[in-house]
Amino acid sequence: MTHAMASAMRPPFPAERGVDVYNKKLGMWVFLASEVMFFAALIGSYVILRFGAPGEWARPGIVLNIKITAFNTFLLICSSVSMVKAYAAISDGDPRKMRFWLLMTILGGATFVGIQVYEYFHLVEHGFTPAGVREGSELAELVKDGTLPAATMGLYGSTFFTMTGFHGFHVTCGVLSMAYLYFVKALPGKITPQDYAGIEVVGLYWHFVDLVWIILFTIVYLI
Amino acid sequence: METTHKHPPYLMIWLYLAVLTAAELALAFELPISRNLKLLLLLFLAVWKALLVAMFFMHLKFERWNLRILAIIPVPLALIFIAAGMSEHIW
Repeated sequence: MTHAMASAMRPPFPAERGVDVYNKKLGMWVFLASEVMFFAALIGSYVILRFGAPGEWARPGIVLNIKITAFNTFLLICSSVSMVKAYAAISDGDPRKMRFWLLMTILGGATFVGIQVYEYFHLVEHGFTPAGVREGSELAELVKDGTLPAATMGLYGSTFFTMTGFHGFHVTCGVLSMAYLYFVKALPGKITPQDYAGIEVVGLYWHFVDLVWIILFTIVYLI
Repeated sequence: METTHKHPPYLMIWLYLAVLTAAELALAFELPISRNLKLLLLLFLAVWKALLVAMFFMHLKFERWNLRILAIIPVPLALIFIAAGMSEHIW
């Protein structure tokens, strides 16, 4: 390419700086903005189906195990704190501490997913499935004696598993990203106090997943 | 990297979040108040917790306004979207 051609391809003036953040972080924020709309679609559908449903909705605490999920919520909050501690450690120039907190976050996230899988198995075993209540199960008895509303259990099952399932998928992606960050970047010393974009960007994603769970926990488990 | 701010008290915020979660549970299962008031209070607590995470853990409190706007814009859009859906099916 000749010099004349190369200069013709350049913009005629220096490109202006935009929001003044580095590209990876800006990209993550734009992605998170799209994620807000994604979860708004799921939560919105749930709200519309629940409050427009033809009849009562199951009261919280009858079908779902609130205690174990409350513990899971606390665990996710703890893992958010450990992630931000990893960020604080590396920005203060302490890679060893950063690795410790990152590992704690991975363990917290993985335990959250493990408990959610256990909860799913437990629910399906008791008869709560994405299609509603399974014939002949323990919950089917509760539907028969009127403790659970027959008309809305199908909607409840499909919305519950869709929302918590997609959130669980996000947590799993977060754990995998953090594991990549830990084994491929942090352990070989590629995350330094001069460049810790990976920790900040994955951290933003992780806190967002925590934030969504805070809303989901209230809407799905407590209301 | 442009982080020059002092770190916020992360453990205090963790404590806040833990206490608010406990308050939510107590409110949902122990407090004998009307269903609508309960719903309102639970949503208020959830938004409070979400704001704490966004402001301190996601550092929005320390970011420039243009990035904050980028983060805030989808929230009213999502609310309009949900309200529009509700207006068609519920109200």
